[in-house]
Amino acid sequence: MNTGIPIQYFLILATIMFFTGVYGFLTRRNLITILMSVELILNSVNINFLAFNRYLYPNKLEGMFFSLFVIAVAAAEAAVAIAIIINIYRRFTTINVEDVNEMKF
Amino acid sequence: MINFSYTIWILLLPFLMFLLLGLAGHKYFPKLSGLIGTGGLAVITVLSYITAFKYFFTSEKVEGAYQKITAFNITWLQLTDKLHIDLGVLLDPISVMMLVMITTVSLMVHIYSLGYMKGEKGFERFFAFLSLFSFSMLGLVLATNIFQMYIFWELVGVSSFLLIGFYYQKPSAVRASKKAFIVTRFADLGFLIGILILSFNTRTFDFITLTDPAGAAIAQGGGIAFMGLSVMTWSMIFVFMGGVGKSAMFPFHIWLPDAMEGPTPVSALIHAATMVVAGVYLVARMFPIYAFSAPAALDVVAYVGAFSSLFAAVIACTQTDIKRVLAYSTMSQIGYMMLALGVSGYGGHAGLGYMASMFHLFTHAMFKALLFLGAGAIIHAVHTNYMTEMGGLRKYLPITHMTFLIACLTIAGIPPLSGFFSKDEILAAAFHNNKLLFAVEYAVAGLTAFYMFRLYFSIFWGKDTHYHHTPHEAPATMTIPLIVLAIGSVFTGLIPFNELVTSDGKVFETELELIVAIPSVLIGLLGIGIAIVMYRKESEIPDKLAATFKYGYKWAYNKFYMDELYFFVTNKIIFRYISEPVAWFDRHIVDGTMNAIASVTQSVSFRIRGFQSGQLQKYAFVFVTGAIMLAILFIYLWK
Repeated sequence: MNTGIPIQYFLILATIMFFTGVYGFLTRRNLITILMSVELILNSVNINFLAFNRYLYPNKLEGMFFSLFVIAVAAAEAAVAIAIIINIYRRFTTINVEDVNEMKF
Repeated sequence: MINFSYTIWILLLPFLMFLLLGLAGHKYFPKLSGLIGTGGLAVITVLSYITAFKYFFTSEKVEGAYQKITAFNITWLQLTDKLHIDLGVLLDPISVMMLVMITTVSLMVHIYSLGYMKGEKGFERFFAFLSLFSFSMLGLVLATNIFQMYIFWELVGVSSFLLIGFYYQKPSAVRASKKAFIVTRFADLGFLIGILILSFNTRTFDFITLTDPAGAAIAQGGGIAFMGLSVMTWSMIFVFMGGVGKSAMFPFHIWLPDAMEGPTPVSALIHAATMVVAGVYLVARMFPIYAFSAPAALDVVAYVGAFSSLFAAVIACTQTDIKRVLAYSTMSQIGYMMLALGVSGYGGHAGLGYMASMFHLFTHAMFKALLFLGAGAIIHAVHTNYMTEMGGLRKYLPITHMTFLIACLTIAGIPPLSGFFSKDEILAAAFHNNKLLFAVEYAVAGLTAFYMFRLYFSIFWGKDTHYHHTPHEAPATMTIPLIVLAIGSVFTGLIPFNELVTSDGKVFETELELIVAIPSVLIGLLGIGIAIVMYRKESEIPDKLAATFKYGYKWAYNKFYMDELYFFVTNKIIFRYISEPVAWFDRHIVDGTMNAIASVTQSVSFRIRGFQSGQLQKYAFVFVTGAIMLAILFIYLWK
């Protein structure tokens, strides 16, 4: 183990994934695709945590534990989000986010 | 010390009558309200006679002078520790004299109205307003301080407004009542300014303190000067301005002829005997201040009075509406009273003008009320106001004819009727003090005799007009006041005013000055003679004279175009150059600012609400942007 992968690569990867997720969240019209972007964001955060765990605190495991939590929460949140999308479909007959704008002035 | 505190009922009883008749008269006793009003007034007439008897014959005199007695006084408004507005009753020679005069004439008018207004739609309203008027006028006369007088002054104006506009469905009556109120209100502005200047300098409103000849108020009079006249002179001139409006002197006389739109009893009561003399009463009440601290103001009073009497006499010679002739005659006679006050001094024989003015006020009330009530009887008989449509009425209206003749002889100054004595005293006072004004008033005496007898002959002699239905004499309720007032006109000349009502309260000797008396009788007879020649039978002399003096006649007939002048000044000048720009400013700039604030708020809020578009991705964008900015702030810029 003389030369590992420098940490910057992991961090840049995580950053690119994060902003890809944000871009997708802000731009895509389909609600499910927005959900997929949110998962991307969560995954990027996970990569970030694991990289820091490995490079800064190799003997400890808090970063990995936190990532496990994030995965669990992401799964739960995806379930809730799908439930909401199903309800939206029932109400609006569309899952285009631009058509779901009744809570306005 | 006699107890005069019952006199407060003289004030309160008409007020209670007003409330009773006004609130309950229409519903509960429409026909009885006349008797109730008249009854109340009869009670206070008796009370005033008792008061007059007690005051003049049994009250204590100090140094031979009648004392001012405060019969009742309560403090209404305490402004500072020394300045307070009271309400009360003050008895002194002029107020007791006015008390007798006002209640007598008012009672006669009430009795007359029982007949004249019978069957009219607003019968109970009329008596309620008459009671209100009596209350206000008595309050004015019995006032203990100048502010109370001002309050009742305005109340009298209101009563006059209500009574002139009594036939409120007639547009001309409404216009006339508005004109009367606005003109007198404008003059009252001057009165208020005068009161304020006066009380600021003398620190009191109370009459007894103000008019005490030895007191501090008069002593500090000539102190500060402003533009050449002392402060007291200015305040007295402003106070007189109020009197000019209420007494219909030039230039605020324009409301009086139009006020004849009211019912004739109203004209008799208000515009002949009582309200219009309020200005004279005001000057008489403040006379010590005028005489000692503001003699220049007295000159103003005298000249305004003399000019008004000449002005009115000339106009009266050409008018054809009998009530308007009488209105201008009133203006002329009040000019006499103002003149007499203006040339008077204070104390003893110098106060001859003061005594003469009050004497003439008293006798004038009698005969002018008689003239107006007689005119009412005539109008009631022939249903027209214009003397051109009348003639030969002496056959049909005997009592009216006799009383009217007595009144005309009185006003012309024929001895031994009362008008001779009072007018003679005025002419004597003018003769001793200001020969120019004496000459003016002498000419006016001749003109008075002429136009009154022109009126008399045109109505009762002249052409034998054929009437649609035979005129019938007025009923007893209308002729009895005429007879009573005629008796008054004849005999009030014998009342020794020089012992009762003088400038300082003391008796002074007067005698009949033949140098003034004989010429005044002669010019009166001359005026009557000319009227006989021109009007006793149908003749062409009046028309030929009018044609010869075409412009003079036209100007006098049109009242010297004063109304047109007022309309021009108000409509074309004041409204166009002052009122309209101010109105424009109010509508466009003041309202515009408010509207602009509102519309700016509205458009800004319209923009802001675009933030709540309901679009999820826009919200998320704002959220992300904010988070990034906060991150930059905390990482790089936080010190």
